[in-house]
Amino acid sequence: MSSASNATDVAVIKAFAAIPAFLEQTPALIARGRFLDCECLLGPIGHPFHASIRTGRIVDLTPAPVLMRSWRFAYRASPAAWAAYWQSEPRPGWHDLLALTKRGEAFLEGDLHPFMAHLQYFKEVLALPRQQFAVTVS
Amino acid sequence: MSGTIEPMVGRYVHVDIGGEMNRIYFEENGTGIPLVCLHTAGSDARQWRHLLADEEFAKNFRIIAFDMPWHGKSNPPADWTGEEYQLTTARYTETIRAFCKALKFDKPVVMGCSIGGRIVLNLAIDHAAEFRALIGLEAADFQAPWYDTTWLNRPDVHGGEVCAALVSGLIAPQSPQASRSETLWGYKQGGPGVFKGDLYFYRVDGDLRGRVETIDTKVCPLFLLTGEYDFSCTPEDTKRTAAAIGGASVTIMEQLGHFPMSENPEQFRRYISPVLGEILKQSMQSKQGVKV
Repeated sequence: MSSASNATDVAVIKAFAAIPAFLEQTPALIARGRFLDCECLLGPIGHPFHASIRTGRIVDLTPAPVLMRSWRFAYRASPAAWAAYWQSEPRPGWHDLLALTKRGEAFLEGDLHPFMAHLQYFKEVLALPRQQFAVTVS
Repeated sequence: MSGTIEPMVGRYVHVDIGGEMNRIYFEENGTGIPLVCLHTAGSDARQWRHLLADEEFAKNFRIIAFDMPWHGKSNPPADWTGEEYQLTTARYTETIRAFCKALKFDKPVVMGCSIGGRIVLNLAIDHAAEFRALIGLEAADFQAPWYDTTWLNRPDVHGGEVCAALVSGLIAPQSPQASRSETLWGYKQGGPGVFKGDLYFYRVDGDLRGRVETIDTKVCPLFLLTGEYDFSCTPEDTKRTAAAIGGASVTIMEQLGHFPMSENPEQFRRYISPVLGEILKQSMQSKQGVKV
């Protein structure tokens, strides 16, 4: 993986690392994912994280690469896409995970079953930095 | 207020569609020009409840919204034996025309959203003379797919949850939370495979590219309105479609997505009010013999 090259990249990586803590403060979202156990790769394209999810909680979030670590699916987006997605009122076309894949700013790969079976969960988990990030960049 | 009764009334009408009798549920309110409203794929006519209850519009329009067979309170046909539901262009067109004929509407206005917007274009292509005006919300001759519809109906994924989660991104971030939840509730309540079956029309059978050029808006005015947050039928899709149709009116609606009438009824009213006003004006001029 390359090193983070600019302020947006650094801010996005920092915001991503805070997602497990945000999730712990959102019990309704943990409850939504209560049947989910999954290893996945999430984050900015150049600096994704391996996420271990158990009964809706992110119990481990480790920057990739990790030697021989497997994942079932990956959702990776450009740092600019995450920064746009996390605005308090995202711009049209930058406001949804699948809007980002449609416009080619994000990539969804692997075995998509856990992602699709818990689609609203992942949309909300990956939006958790929104309030704080919007404040950070303003 | 407790005890408030809304003005729309719901009834069932029996409609012969392609030789098969269907029991269709519809709600209506108002008097005047019939305004038939078509819901989106996988949902039902509850999406139109705010328009149906609009006192001002109801003064000049008989507003009607019906549940397509398989949707809402319109059951599958009685002779259905379990085969996969698939909506086709021909079947959809026939359903709307049969419904209008059964209720003896005189040159109704038809307003449809999403698949309803697409079929409105087909009505304009093949049956324009039957209608007073056509309104397509989130309408285009074609749009690029952005997910695989097989996810919508399989035993290892909850159909209601995945349908709602997929379309949740099509709602504008500014839409009120209660309206957002209500819009998604319709998707959570759809029958198994119905959303997917509707999308057979949208994705496979209903590609109107190369056909919309034949629309004559002098025979029937056409209004197209699309929300800026709709990334399924994008403003660019609508503009491209309209560019091929002489005289089509195009409006891009700010702070709205794919479900304008239900996701933010107040914001939608700002955009649809002038359209209905224009239709009323043209209708009155036409009645008075003024060439419009």
